Amino acid sequence: MRNRPPRKNRLSSYFSNHLRVSLASLGRLYVQPVATLMTAAVIAIALALPIGLYIALDNIGQLSSGWDGSTQISLFLHTKVEKREAEKLKQRLQKHKAIKKIELIDKDQGLNQFKEISGFGDALKHLNRNPLPIVLVVHPKIMPNQPDKTTQLVKELGKNKLVELAQLDVQWVKRLYTFLEIANRSIWVISSMLAIAVLLIIGNTIRLDIQNRREEIEVSKLIGASDAFIRRPFLYTGIWYGLTGGVLAWIITQISLTLMESPIHRLALLYHSDFRLSGLGVGNTLLLVLFSCSLGLIGSWIAVSRHLKDIEPS
Amino acid sequence: MIHFDNISKRYPGGHDALSRINLRLEKGQMAYLTGHSGAGKSTLLKLIAMIERPTRGQIFLDGVNLNNISNRKIPFIRRNIGIIFQNHHLLYDRPVFDNVAMPLIIQGYRHQEIHKRVRAALNQVGLLSKEKSDPITLSGGEQQRVGIARAIVHKPLLLLADEPTGNLDPELSREIMELFARFNQVGTTVLIASHDLDLIKQMGSPVIGLHDGQVSHNGLPFTAGAGQ
Repeated sequence: MRNRPPRKNRLSSYFSNHLRVSLASLGRLYVQPVATLMTAAVIAIALALPIGLYIALDNIGQLSSGWDGSTQISLFLHTKVEKREAEKLKQRLQKHKAIKKIELIDKDQGLNQFKEISGFGDALKHLNRNPLPIVLVVHPKIMPNQPDKTTQLVKELGKNKLVELAQLDVQWVKRLYTFLEIANRSIWVISSMLAIAVLLIIGNTIRLDIQNRREEIEVSKLIGASDAFIRRPFLYTGIWYGLTGGVLAWIITQISLTLMESPIHRLALLYHSDFRLSGLGVGNTLLLVLFSCSLGLIGSWIAVSRHLKDIEPS
Repeated sequence: MIHFDNISKRYPGGHDALSRINLRLEKGQMAYLTGHSGAGKSTLLKLIAMIERPTRGQIFLDGVNLNNISNRKIPFIRRNIGIIFQNHHLLYDRPVFDNVAMPLIIQGYRHQEIHKRVRAALNQVGLLSKEKSDPITLSGGEQQRVGIARAIVHKPLLLLADEPTGNLDPELSREIMELFARFNQVGTTVLIASHDLDLIKQMGSPVIGLHDGQVSHNGLPFTAGAGQ
């Protein structure tokens, strides 16, 4: 190996080679902007679709976590139960590890609340006896996305002898979470399929690039280029496609969010909520770009390993 | 430098391109490889450059048995060889300078070193003034000389040329051959395949004659063609 450059230069020449190749690949894409942007746009749309779904789901999750504070279990005690016994039960349940807080609503408070809310105040005056039971309002400590545990707690509390009826106030929260779970899974399925589509798009683009540079590859092989050397520009091209696609996907997402922000805010105001649409955030944006670059690298790697072998000098 | 030990090459389909070739080319030597088209000249060069592998026998290049070289190691063998083709294989999407610089870039030379060596190589073939030109704007002879500059820019131990004067008129052909002789004088081993017997006779280097895949002549040029 007489022709090797001196050893101390090899590492720096390795890096300068990578820099040179990556810039050269970028330059190649830059001189054909329309073709490059078209490919990048296809990648971007394929990425933006699952991102949009993810953001929608994330926002619904945030919205419903606000309602989650209202997940509460009402324990209607038997009417015969005295306040003293109810207090004891409250103190005992307070130690339960799944319970955050308990409020006791005694018969008088219950009647007052009922009068205020129902508007039957006058009619109630004619009752000679308060018919309402003592109610313990239990706020469970359980995390919102574990609806099963909440149900268990309801059952458990319902078995108590003093309790006539244990009722989960927001049964529909459970249904919502189940729905969100299904939506979440569907997003994964859709994302995986679109990720494969991106791989195929990049792979096919790189394959055409390899065909176009057949002559150059042959000559390079003849004058002693290693496989790694020949592979490198195509891998960088793949990474650049991924990067451009990822950034475009982010732009598409931001534009869509901006378009939807004000109507959603108006809708939220109608519900007396100060809910605001939240976007991708810095972390997720970086993750998106990194993911998209990886797809570019993997896609081009597949194409290169399949097609470079076919080109040999003859 | 090159040692063929009982080499046979049979292509798929049963055509015997070379059979039982024994050859030796010493370090620093220069020789011509002649024969009709189809005699096996190109195949012989391809075996040295590892573009093809022999069916039987062993080839030693600078003492290395090429049979022991895996496909992955072929590039490192080729880096010691400069190859020149009849159709010069230049890349038309880049200027002359970049074409000549390719072997140095592949081998990871530094920027300044590349610049120095490319200019030296272009100077040797008399094309220093054309470094920024596009190859397509050059004449056939000039393009061939760019190809030669690319083959010698990394100072290979061995120079292989396959019909380097194939498309050129006699005067240009002679210039090209003299260029090769000059490289040989500074120590490079040179093997040139050519069917231009008249020109070869004028040059005065040893001649290896091939006929139907066998060595028909090995010696001085004035008897070249005997046995054909």
